[in-house]
Amino acid sequence: MARVALRVWVALIVLFLLFPILLIALYAFNESNVQSWPLPGLSTKWFASTFHNEAMRQALWLSVRAALIATTIAIVLGSMAAFAVHRFRFFGRETVSFLLVLPLALPGIITGMALNSFFAWGTVDFSLTTIVIGHATFCIVTVYNNALARLRRTQTSLVEASMDLGADGWQTFRHVTLPMVATALVAGGLLAFALSFDEVIVTTFTAGAQNTLPLWIFGNIRLGQQLPQVNVVVLMVIVVTIVPVTLAQRLTRDTGVLRTGTGRGRADASTHAAVAAEPAP
Amino acid sequence: MRNSRNRGAPPAHPALARLTVGLVTLAMTAVVACGGGGSGGSTTSSLPTSVGRGEGQLNLIAWEGYTEPQWVKPFEQQTGCNVSAKYAGSSDEMVTLMRQGGGTQYDMVSASGDASLRLIKGGDVQPVNVALVPGWKDFIPQLQSPPHNTVDGKHYGVSLQWGPNTLLYNTRDVTPAPDSWATIYDPQFKGRITVPDNPIQIADAALYLSKTRPELGIRDPYELTQDQLTAAIDLLKSQRPLIKKYWALASDEIDLFKNGDAVVGASWPYQTITLQDSGAPVKDLIPREGATGWADTWMLSAHARHPNCAYKWMQWISTPRVQAEQAISFGETPANTKACPYMDRIQAGACTKYHANAPASYFASIRFWRTPTRDCGNGSQDCTDYTTWQQRWTEMKG
Amino acid sequence: MTAARAEVVAGGPGRFRSARRRASAGLFRRGWLRATLLLSAPAAWFVLIYLAALAILFVSAFWRVDAFTGEVVHQWNLDNFKTIAESPAYRTIALRTIGIAAAVTLTDALLAIPFAYFAARLAPRRLQTVLFVIVLVPLWTSYLVRVYAWRLILAHDGILNWTLHKLGFGGVDIAYSNWAMWVVFSYLWLPFMILPVWVAFERVPDSFLEASADLGARGWTTFRRVLLPLVLPGVVAGSIFTFSLTLGDFITPTLVGGAGSDFIGNVVYSSVGIANNVPFAAAFATIPLLVMGAYLLVARKVGAFEAL
Repeated sequence: MARVALRVWVALIVLFLLFPILLIALYAFNESNVQSWPLPGLSTKWFASTFHNEAMRQALWLSVRAALIATTIAIVLGSMAAFAVHRFRFFGRETVSFLLVLPLALPGIITGMALNSFFAWGTVDFSLTTIVIGHATFCIVTVYNNALARLRRTQTSLVEASMDLGADGWQTFRHVTLPMVATALVAGGLLAFALSFDEVIVTTFTAGAQNTLPLWIFGNIRLGQQLPQVNVVVLMVIVVTIVPVTLAQRLTRDTGVLRTGTGRGRADASTHAAVAAEPAP
Repeated sequence: MRNSRNRGAPPAHPALARLTVGLVTLAMTAVVACGGGGSGGSTTSSLPTSVGRGEGQLNLIAWEGYTEPQWVKPFEQQTGCNVSAKYAGSSDEMVTLMRQGGGTQYDMVSASGDASLRLIKGGDVQPVNVALVPGWKDFIPQLQSPPHNTVDGKHYGVSLQWGPNTLLYNTRDVTPAPDSWATIYDPQFKGRITVPDNPIQIADAALYLSKTRPELGIRDPYELTQDQLTAAIDLLKSQRPLIKKYWALASDEIDLFKNGDAVVGASWPYQTITLQDSGAPVKDLIPREGATGWADTWMLSAHARHPNCAYKWMQWISTPRVQAEQAISFGETPANTKACPYMDRIQAGACTKYHANAPASYFASIRFWRTPTRDCGNGSQDCTDYTTWQQRWTEMKG
Repeated sequence: MTAARAEVVAGGPGRFRSARRRASAGLFRRGWLRATLLLSAPAAWFVLIYLAALAILFVSAFWRVDAFTGEVVHQWNLDNFKTIAESPAYRTIALRTIGIAAAVTLTDALLAIPFAYFAARLAPRRLQTVLFVIVLVPLWTSYLVRVYAWRLILAHDGILNWTLHKLGFGGVDIAYSNWAMWVVFSYLWLPFMILPVWVAFERVPDSFLEASADLGARGWTTFRRVLLPLVLPGVVAGSIFTFSLTLGDFITPTLVGGAGSDFIGNVVYSSVGIANNVPFAAAFATIPLLVMGAYLLVARKVGAFEAL
């Protein structure tokens, strides 16, 4: 009985999560540029006009670049912090965790306003650079958490063994440590990419004349002259990302080096979730 | 949201801090390796007498819908000026954006009358030589040197388009057809009214009061004494429980009317056109009390990095054909009187529909948006300024 | 480090190698040195950019804007805080924001715990993958567009009411209201609650449950007495996100809120954008800052940081 109730509950939540997304997909085919139910008519005319929309393409490209650079920075800085905190006890290491989580835990409007004041004060022009700085700041923690969680569940004895066998620090890092955390970095990096790609609030405060994809979407929503174009873009993004998301899920679960658990579900906890994340508007 | 530079800067060691920010950003720029960047700013005080070669780039702050590919694409092809547009949600956002980064980020802004004076007074925009803009001489006379963009005989930009804020209603649910702004204060429509989420809406309340409560002595809805402002706010407070939503985006109001959440509200012609196109049973009108309205101006930043492209843009956007295209796309009235035949060519009857050939009295019936200041025009400083309006508006909404 | 570089200058690859080994062995032994080197880059980023930015912002809360010129006056005062404390409107807005953030957090925890339990411990492998993708797909779908989809669902003539009418029920009138915000926020941040709770359930060793069963505990008792306390850090970790994301939002209130739905974020946004009054915006922003600060300290006590 309880099992049945639980299954129903899970099914309802799946519906809750997916229904709006199905709706978005459906309204990419809306004949009218005004959303209403039931659908007034079906049309594929928005697909062609979306692909020919220069502003959309520029925004998409900017978002991809911003997310890639921010993710790279996050992976480098986040894993450095994770190694340091994991390997060595030092004064204030608790503070490091606290600090790194702040940009995610503090409301995006605070981070955005603070960075905006900061750049304005330093008379820095708003550009791709400032967007990336904003994004990287809150993305670091996703990689950090992922890498740290993985490191905590791996045995330091392996590293010691490697050193005992004559490998130097770099070799040990390259052949032992890195493979251990690689999938965790992928998982954290993917999440960082997703966060950066969909960020609105911080970006509003750090972008200049250029639009990222979410800012383009917001601009398009204002008047809604070509509203279904927005749905077309979002639908495309889902179709393109669903494959890497699924792949990453398999990758991080099945090939995780040195999984500690024996049980079925235990797999590699951090891998997926890394969780932490703020898509933040 | 974006604050201007130097706001909030601690006084200590600015040079050091700037150096740090600069270094960090420099390093970042190396990583990012993004192109762009402009030539030096131009802050000359004397007006240019000719338009030089384009700088290849033009950064605009615009209302969404003001930089449609239909007229931006040909402009880019003809002039080689690549247009980047940033859409602002409100006049206030436009002002803040223009001040960002020392005012060098954007070359031009399509400011409405409630922002233009603030930009002029704040030194954010520079005078332009209207003689370099051929379309200007064909503008309706009222928009050649209107008080909202021309100060002491200096033109701080060229007018663009204008239109009224109308009363929009659902013809099925609101009968008989309304003819007064009283409809949006009528408890009969409780929970089905929508008005803009904008402090300038106080002027609409003041306009209504100026006709219904003459004892308040409101002569100009943008020049309110403390008592008059309080009366307007009281009216808005009584309206507050009747409101379904204060709309922030034009699409908010479109959705509200299309999906039955609102049946009456204050609107722009754009929403009416879009709703009618989608088959919704709506109509709009200018009620008997008159209406507020907007008149937009393309203004040139005081620190524009691409002034030549900016002049080319002013020339292009004032041509009759582009004026006609934009008027029909957004549902507003062009400043250029020669746009009329072009409008009719795009859409039969459009010239009349969008009032491009309306008599001067029509223009005079509209109270155009202006920034409220302390100066009431009578020498005394006892009026309420825009900051006060904004605070009272926020507090009224709660 | 310097030794290694000297060797590089002086000798061939063999000597370079041994030097590198000596250097890295030294680094390995001197943990603090390596930790410092590793930490320097991320620390520099955070201190020079993020903390500096926060400091600049919050110092300005104690300044004021000259009403006439609109310029910031660097004169220490508490006027902004006084305005906020004395105006009932700002109090209402702050309480509304915190209240809805709390309601959303609670709702998401209730929705997520059974789901995560099923996904982590009962679902077969294949279904797990499917569920995982279902939880993640919303994160790859534009936040703005998802909010927009909800407007269509909740509208007066929207999908929800249409369905209710077809089923013979009366409609509900929750579009553009605080109820709508509650539903939409709960939807938006649900994945951020599900993921850490899911991980927390996975981390519970099977042996604990077996021990509990051996000691005679029934399924429900085990869930309540053993599992729930163990996944609590995961729930708290998730709540950090659901709570803070709601607390700092201003776009969802703009899009789905009603006449009385302004959030702290809306006031902050309009203070900066409209009045160009950064000091006031910063002062009002201290409310979410303090609330989140307290929340994080409690969360750290519960061990939520490990579960993030």
